[in-house]
Amino acid sequence: MNAAVTVFMKECRESLRDRRVLINSLLLGPLLGPVLLLVLMRLVVGRELEKAEQPLPVVLIGAERAPELVGALRQMGLRPRPAVADPELAVREQRIDLALRIAPEFGANWRAGRPAEVELIYDSSRREGAGDVERLRGMLEGYAHRNGALRLLARGLAPTVATPLIVASRDVATPQARGALLFAMLPYMLMLTIFIGGIWLAIDSTAGERERASLEPLLINPVPRDRILLGKLLATALFSLASLVLGLLAFLAVGRFMPAAELGMNLELGAHFFAVALPLLIPLVLLLCIAQILIAAFARSVREAQTYLGLAQLVPLIPSVVLSVLPIKAQLWMYAVPVLGQQLAIMRLLRAEPLAALAVALSVMVTLLAAVAVFALVRRVYNSERLAISA
Amino acid sequence: MIEVRGLSKSFGATRAVDGVSFTARDGEITGLLGPNGAGKTTTLRMLYTLMRPDAGSVLVDGLDAGREPLAVKRSLGVLPDARGLYKRLTARENIEYFAALQGMEPSAARAATEALIVTLAMQDIAGRRTEGFSQGERVKTAIARALVHGPRNVLLDEPTNGLDVMATRSLRDFLRALRADGHCVLLSTHLMQEVAALCDRIIIIAHGGIVADGTADELRALAGEQQLEEVFMKLIGTAP
Repeated sequence: MNAAVTVFMKECRESLRDRRVLINSLLLGPLLGPVLLLVLMRLVVGRELEKAEQPLPVVLIGAERAPELVGALRQMGLRPRPAVADPELAVREQRIDLALRIAPEFGANWRAGRPAEVELIYDSSRREGAGDVERLRGMLEGYAHRNGALRLLARGLAPTVATPLIVASRDVATPQARGALLFAMLPYMLMLTIFIGGIWLAIDSTAGERERASLEPLLINPVPRDRILLGKLLATALFSLASLVLGLLAFLAVGRFMPAAELGMNLELGAHFFAVALPLLIPLVLLLCIAQILIAAFARSVREAQTYLGLAQLVPLIPSVVLSVLPIKAQLWMYAVPVLGQQLAIMRLLRAEPLAALAVALSVMVTLLAAVAVFALVRRVYNSERLAISA
Repeated sequence: MIEVRGLSKSFGATRAVDGVSFTARDGEITGLLGPNGAGKTTTLRMLYTLMRPDAGSVLVDGLDAGREPLAVKRSLGVLPDARGLYKRLTARENIEYFAALQGMEPSAARAATEALIVTLAMQDIAGRRTEGFSQGERVKTAIARALVHGPRNVLLDEPTNGLDVMATRSLRDFLRALRADGHCVLLSTHLMQEVAALCDRIIIIAHGGIVADGTADELRALAGEQQLEEVFMKLIGTAP
């Protein structure tokens, strides 16, 4: 056991002096996900909020025919723009986004109590303007509805007479669930953090030592190779774990700056999330680290190992993508699949949904067993004669 | 003392080492001389148990390398062909790492490390990280970490490879000192001058087998040549 500790200490000491390891494990790995998420959220949310509050510029044609309507629209946030000669052409040529034409007979029809016509001129093939069109349509319908009700009242009728049907929307998504939709990639970010945290040590442990011709001298020492492997695994796992802990803390910090509340969302990114997610992910740290060491042990050079591990990082993306595209209902057996189980559990934690103790126990147990199985596999590779021979 | 009996090793259809037997005695420097690809490195790798022989046995101080590899490794100090150092560790840390892997107590490891640093005259580089070391400094560090546990038997694969004249000379002096202390020193080389200057006993290996075994004088008599280089050429069978 002593030899494993010796190898572990040496690997840690050497790694702490390696800028590549420090950047990967303690900076890039933990911060990549949270920063990306924060920037994305700010971008998406910021745009939504901006649009809702900004004045809506609309080219008005015939504004003088309906001063009351224009006054009401102004109050709702419309900013009138001067009329243009041919609004259809102007919209088509994208010189203006949106125009409102008030028909010449508007005033006469309005006063006579007949339907008065206004035209919206826009290009529906331009997606970015769709929100503006909807906003203007909403303003107009609101104005029409209010005046319709006033007319009914003036004739001694209850306005409800003209409202035979009410369609009410009940969105059952809890605020947390809506937030989690935006957070669908967070579980993968955490997997990536675990990966990146251990990647340099995993590469260094076999492919790196072989390439620098230090593996053969190391293996000549009177130490069973399992111990050397164990020491290297523990050092890899420690850096990976450090990366994960920092990553989780960064997510907690970022959670405070998330404009989630402004969108009416609530994300469970607090101490409870941290306290459950960490023990849930520790077995996965062991599994992913030993898997990385296995992959790197097959590589003939550091470069080759980097290529293999770069591809391996994409594997945990599969459940993330499937989960976000297909609305799969989580079954108990899914928690027994390493990587998938952890991602499901983290999604539930984020949505503040109850997480069955059985599911957590199943995930932890199976992942640990998988780690032991892969360790046995790497042991065989380490005990093979060809391991040390670089040429 | 190292005794090798009928050692054989094949890689696929290639017989790299074919029935090699010899003895390297304590208090002697034994040279394993042969051209490139003769099987020297493979033979040494089987001696220090990195490779398992297909046939034959290795006895180190009477211990069977096949049956007690860890005990055999403990009684060997090995400078292999691959002599990479950990470049982010200092020379001293490199040596102490191997001392710890040999199972030495920290205090004993420290004392042995400092003693070797003095013996190999590396006081001025011991505290430096090994990144950027010259070839000579690297070999010194590699030798120090190989011998830090004070093994009786010393194996060196092409020890003077890449060394300049000064470094070669001091390495030879160091190996003679080991011999004077009663160590069994076995080195491989493809250089005639090396064995002529250093070795008490010369084993010539070619095409995976032993072609001659004896002192320099015995080999001269065997080949009927005065120049060792001619002896070598004649014995490995490439002479006209």
